[in-house]
Amino acid sequence: MSQNPSATAHASNGSPAPAAAPARRPSLFSRLPVVSHLNQSVGLQRFMLVAGLVITGVFLLVAVLAPVLAPYGFSQLRTPEGAFGAQQPPSSEHWLGTTVGGYDVLSRVIWGAQTAALVIIVAIVASIFLGILIGLVSGYFGGWLDRVLVVVADAIYAFPSLLLAILAAIVISGGRSNLWGGILAAALSITVVFIPQYFRVIRAEVVRIKTEAYIDAARVIGTPHRRIMVRHVLRNSTRTLPLIVTLNASEAILTLAGLGFLGFGIEPTAAAEWGYDLNKAIADVSSGIWWTALFPGLAIVLAVLGITLVGESLNDLADPRLRSRRASKQVSGDVASTSVAVEGGVVVDVTEPGAPIGDPLRDPADRPGRTSDTTEGRS
Amino acid sequence: MSTEAPAGPATAAAPATKQRSSGGGLGRYIVVRFLLIIPTVFILVTTVFVLMRATGDPITAALGGRLTPDQLQERIHAAGYDRPILVQYLDYLGGLVRGDFGTTLSDNRPVTEVLTTFGSATLELAAYALVVAFLVGIPFGLVAASRRDRLPDAFLRVFAILCYATPVFFAGLLLKLVFSVGLGWFPVAGRASTGTEIQLQTLENPSGFYLIDAIRTGDPAAVSDVLMHAVLPAVALGLLTAGVFLRLVRTNVIGTLSTDYVTAARSRGVGEGRLLRKHAWRPALIPIITVIGLQIALLLSGAVLTETTFEWKGLGFQLAQYLQARDFVAVQGIVVLIAVVVALTNFIVDVVAALIDPRVRY
Repeated sequence: MSQNPSATAHASNGSPAPAAAPARRPSLFSRLPVVSHLNQSVGLQRFMLVAGLVITGVFLLVAVLAPVLAPYGFSQLRTPEGAFGAQQPPSSEHWLGTTVGGYDVLSRVIWGAQTAALVIIVAIVASIFLGILIGLVSGYFGGWLDRVLVVVADAIYAFPSLLLAILAAIVISGGRSNLWGGILAAALSITVVFIPQYFRVIRAEVVRIKTEAYIDAARVIGTPHRRIMVRHVLRNSTRTLPLIVTLNASEAILTLAGLGFLGFGIEPTAAAEWGYDLNKAIADVSSGIWWTALFPGLAIVLAVLGITLVGESLNDLADPRLRSRRASKQVSGDVASTSVAVEGGVVVDVTEPGAPIGDPLRDPADRPGRTSDTTEGRS
Repeated sequence: MSTEAPAGPATAAAPATKQRSSGGGLGRYIVVRFLLIIPTVFILVTTVFVLMRATGDPITAALGGRLTPDQLQERIHAAGYDRPILVQYLDYLGGLVRGDFGTTLSDNRPVTEVLTTFGSATLELAAYALVVAFLVGIPFGLVAASRRDRLPDAFLRVFAILCYATPVFFAGLLLKLVFSVGLGWFPVAGRASTGTEIQLQTLENPSGFYLIDAIRTGDPAAVSDVLMHAVLPAVALGLLTAGVFLRLVRTNVIGTLSTDYVTAARSRGVGEGRLLRKHAWRPALIPIITVIGLQIALLLSGAVLTETTFEWKGLGFQLAQYLQARDFVAVQGIVVLIAVVVALTNFIVDVVAALIDPRVRY
C-alpha cells in the first residue's frame, strides 16, 4: 500500500466518513500540480511562480479575447476611410504603427497570441498522447522494439529541433498553407520534435516502476497487461509531466516563430504569426523603423517568459536541493515517501530515526509534537 | 545484446547493463562510443531522406511552376527520381559514403562545394557564440550560486530566463536597432566590409575563417573589421546559450555546495570563496560538459536564424535561401552535414566527460 501513492489517495478520498480523520489528506484541488507547487513555494520562488502564472494567464486571455481586443482584423489593410498605408509610425489610429505590408501591428500582435496558443495546445496534446503511448508500450514490454525505439529517439533528440521542424513542415504542408492547415502543420512539426522527450521521460519511469513489487503482485493475480499498464504503471509515471509540458510550451512558441521567421509558417492572410512579422521587419530595422520588429518580438519574449517562469519554478520545487526553505516549518511529503513502515504498523520517520509515531496515515507535518519540536530545535 | 532480446519483459534490461559496466577501460569506451555514431548518423540520414521524399520528387518542388509537364518528366528521368524509392535510397547512401551529396537544383553546384564554402562561416560564428556563452554564463552562474536566493541571484535568474526566452532573431534585430542603426557602433550585417572581403580573397588557400585569414594578411584594419562584424551576431547567438550555461552552473554548484565534503571543509574553516573555487566548482563541471554537447544542436539551430538576421553568409543563411527556392537537394545536404556534426560533437563531448570523470565509462 505504501508503495502505491495513488491507491492510498483513493482509499482515503473514497472513505465514507472523512470527518473521522480531519486533515488527513489535503483536498484534491490543493494537490493539483501547479496549485500544490504554489503552496510549497516561498519568497523569491513564489514570486517567480506567481509572475509566470500571471503572464501566462494574460497571454491566454489575449488569445481567447483576440476578436474583442484587436482594433482591426489581422489581414485587414483598409477601413472605409482608406488604406492604412505601409510603415506608418505609431499614431492614435494605429497605436503600434503599421507593417511594411500595410497591416496594423497591434492587431497582428494580438491575433498572433491566438495562433501561438492554438499551436501550443495542438502540439502538446498530440505529443503527450503519442509520446506516452510509445513510451509506455516500449518501456513495459522491452525487448528489441524498445532498444530500437531508444536509439531512434536518442538520435532525433540530438538533432537540431528547428531543422527537424522545417523538414516536417515541408512534408506536411509543402511550406505554406491556410489557417488550420498552417496551425496543424506547425503543431505537428513541433510534435515530431517533442515526441522523443516524452518518450524518454515516460519510458524511464515505466522501466523503474515495472520492477516494483505491486506490479508483480498484479501480474500474479492475473491482471491483464492493459490494465496494469494504465492503472498501475501509467498513473505512477506522470509526475514529471507538468514540468516538461511547460518547458515544451515555451519551446513550441519559439519553434513556431522560428518556422515563421524562415518563411515556413502560416500565410499572413490566413493568420497572424509573430515570426513571420519579424522576418518582414529585418529590412525595416536597417532603415531605423523599430515598431514593426519590437512589438511582435516583445510578444514572443513575454509569452515564453511567462511559461518558462512557471516551468522553472516547478522544476526547482521538484528538486529538494533547489527548493528555497521556509524559515521554520519545513514542507514535507506523504508518509509513503518520507517514512519507512515497520512491524505492527508503527512508522519510523526517516528524518528522526528511532522515534515511533502512532498513525501511519497521518501526514508528518501535521503531527502536533514534531512541528513544535523542529521549530524549537532550529531557532 | 540480441540474444537476450526475447527474454522476459520484466528484469532483463537492468542486470544486462550492469554486467556490461564491469571491466573495460577508457580505450574500449571510446571505441564503443565511436561505433555508436554509425547508427545515429544512419538513422538521421534515413529520417531526412524519408521526410524529403515523402513530399514528392525535388525537381517538381523546385521547378514545378516553371516547366511544362514534358520537360519536368525529362528532368525527373535524367536525375533518376522515377526509379523505385529503395533504389534511390541506396544510391543516395552510396553517394554519401563516397562524399557525394548531389547537385543543387537552383544554382547547379555540387552540394559538397556549398558545404565547404559556407561551413567555415557557420563554425566561426558558433565558436564566437560559445566564447560569449562561456564568458557570460559561467562567472554569472557562480555568482548566482554563491548569492543564492538573494538579490543578485534573483536578478541573474531572470536574466538567464530572458536569455532563452528571447528568440535569437529578435535579439539580433534589437541589437542591430540599438547598436548599429541607433548608436552606429557596429556594422549592420555581413561578415566583413567589401574592401576586407576582396583583400581576404586574394590570399592563397583561404581557410574560410575570416579571423584567421585576416590575421594572416597582417593588416590590423582587416582584423578589427572582421571582429567588429562578428560582435553583434556572436552576442545574439551567445546569449541564448549563456542563459542555459548560467542556469546549469548555478544548479550544479548549489548541488555540490550542499554535499557532505563541502560541509566538512566549511567546518574546518575553509573560506566561502575558496570553497567555491576549489571544492564545489570542479565536480559541477562534468554535467556542464555533457550539456555542451546538446547545446551544439541548439547553437546550430540558432545559427540558421542568426545568419538570416545578420546576412552572415554561412550554412544557415544558405539553408534559408534554398528553403525559399524549394531546393530540397541542397536542404537535404546541409541538414545531413549538420546531423553528422552534431553526432561527432556529442562523441567528443562524451569522451572528454569520460576523461574527466572515470564513473562515466561503462
